[in-house]
Amino acid sequence: MFYREAGQFKTTYQGDQAVFPILQDKIAVFAVIILAYSVPLFANEYWLQAIFIQFLVFALMAIGLNLLMGYAGQVSLGTGAFAAVGAYACYKLTTNIEGMNVIVAILLSGGCAAAVGIVFGLPSLRIKGFYLAVATLAAQFFILWLFNKVGWFYNDNPSGTITAPPREVFGVLVTGPSASPEARYIVCLTALIIGAWVATNLVRGRIGRSWMAIRDMDIAAEIIGIRPLQTKLLAFAISSFYCGVAGALMIFCWLGSAETEAFDLANVSFRVLFMIIIGGLGSIGGSILGAAFIILVPIFLTNFPPMVGIEISTALQKHFEEIIFGVMIVAFLIIEPEGFARLWQILREKLRKWPFPY
Amino acid sequence: MEFLTAVFVTPFIEIYESPFYFLELVLVGLSTGVLYSLVALGFVLIFKASGMFNFAQGAMVLFAALTLVGLMEHGVPLWAALLLSIAVMVVLAFVVERCMLRYLVNQEGLILFMATIGLNFILEGTGQLMWGSDVKRLEVGIPDRPFDILGGKVLLNTFDVTAALIGALLVISLAVFFQKTPMGRALRAVADDHQAALSVGIPLKTIWIAVWTIAGIVALVAGIVWGAKSGVQFSLSLIALKALPVLILGGFTSVPGAIVGGLIIGVGEKVAEGFWGPAFGGAIENWFAYMLALAFLVFRPQGLFGEKIIERV
Repeated sequence: MFYREAGQFKTTYQGDQAVFPILQDKIAVFAVIILAYSVPLFANEYWLQAIFIQFLVFALMAIGLNLLMGYAGQVSLGTGAFAAVGAYACYKLTTNIEGMNVIVAILLSGGCAAAVGIVFGLPSLRIKGFYLAVATLAAQFFILWLFNKVGWFYNDNPSGTITAPPREVFGVLVTGPSASPEARYIVCLTALIIGAWVATNLVRGRIGRSWMAIRDMDIAAEIIGIRPLQTKLLAFAISSFYCGVAGALMIFCWLGSAETEAFDLANVSFRVLFMIIIGGLGSIGGSILGAAFIILVPIFLTNFPPMVGIEISTALQKHFEEIIFGVMIVAFLIIEPEGFARLWQILREKLRKWPFPY
Repeated sequence: MEFLTAVFVTPFIEIYESPFYFLELVLVGLSTGVLYSLVALGFVLIFKASGMFNFAQGAMVLFAALTLVGLMEHGVPLWAALLLSIAVMVVLAFVVERCMLRYLVNQEGLILFMATIGLNFILEGTGQLMWGSDVKRLEVGIPDRPFDILGGKVLLNTFDVTAALIGALLVISLAVFFQKTPMGRALRAVADDHQAALSVGIPLKTIWIAVWTIAGIVALVAGIVWGAKSGVQFSLSLIALKALPVLILGGFTSVPGAIVGGLIIGVGEKVAEGFWGPAFGGAIENWFAYMLALAFLVFRPQGLFGEKIIERV
């Protein structure tokens, strides 16, 4: 009744090609953004720190991986490594260069991650599918080993951890443990919104189309004049840039300090992979929804038994959580293999006709 | 410069100077390699039969070993515990087919892969929930004492030799099964194309149960050997990650590939750690296998023994 495009005529090409051609979509997205910015007004510190900031960081990473996997079709399990490159680069840049603006440092560290992404993307020209997935694991293990082994990366401090130094943007402390969670939340949210906006436009344009051509059939894409070398490496670079920025935010705005363990296979790479599979491959909005799901489910599982008054030991609970999480993943894949993006599409179709059946 | 010398010169001088140490490392590497092969075999079997990249193989190894140890702790004799564990793996195969595979026919490989990661969580959780998560000793009566060959210059272990023999036996029987029996042929047909296999009358469900059972038994064997060597514990499920480079090296679809790949990775890893490790500051085992596999892949994208990938537009 309320959600339909009837009567919205476009008189310019620009209007026709807008990101959200339907007025209701535009309003909804703006409402969500405003709501997101007002979250610090009513969320307490635990919620901001444990849930919202974590979600924003992982959503950004999921968008990055989705560009690579969902749009360019290159399977990667090296997300954690690229995020680690971003985090360590940002740490080195802010601690070693006096007066470095932290925003610039984060962007530069994204660039470092992109460079590393290109190097580890090179095998994608020869190998595909699962072979490529396993090959990217080489990046995962090698880079984390390197960061653990070479003291230069963590300024030779004895604990082997990197800690975000306090830095200000426009006179407000945004990074490090002493920054207020509200400020850190706003930084991450802004990064996510810009990231999502850039990604949406990227995939609608020439670059995104050439990625999709490569994904659907790379030989055919080559024949119609898309250069696989540049296209694939660009996908790796941009995806790693997103992961690198997210990794830098992870240390600077979320964790405060961390070791390489925070970026390992189970903590990052697989989680982000789950997010985009559950969210929907080849969908920016899906990545965000998937990230929310994967972040929220474990938190829910941890908090649910005490809420209804069931007391179980921690070890037992951990195993139960694992089992339930596994079952949910499998069930979700069976019920809707195309993820939240597809569910959203179905819902939209329904909504257009509502309250009539057809 | 110093680093380059340490990488390109010193190790070779050392190998030349102490050939017996090198030989020993190779032999140790071979025996570890057999164990990697055992795990990789499980992957290959399932990949061949269902096009499914079964990440849960490591968890299956853990689950099988935990079941066996758990039963033995409750006073069940070894032979009965073995039979019961096999029965549990058969039941697991049934459950996986009934609750998972059946609904995922003809899905993309990636979806199947994610589903097996889910299964991985379930198995790890269940195994530890049922039998506890502390390290358990597994005594299956494989003799473990060192002995010399070549006049005392190289030290070997009866355990490693036995493990290698078990591995070899398993591989030979699997090879025969795949190449010579009707069931094996059906398995290969299913691997090629689910729908085509169905249309010529191959019962997909039976095949899947069969192949998951076999993979379960392979996992049990791997679990016994690994568990007897280093105790049954959670880290057992991580050897799946060790088996992945073996897989891409040997090719996902090749049983002999899994064996040869395992041996190459095992030897490469030990020799690299022994001679090149100091140059990199040690602990290179974690990523060396992957880098080795990656280097191979650049020249042979389908792995050493994988079927040639033919692409059509």
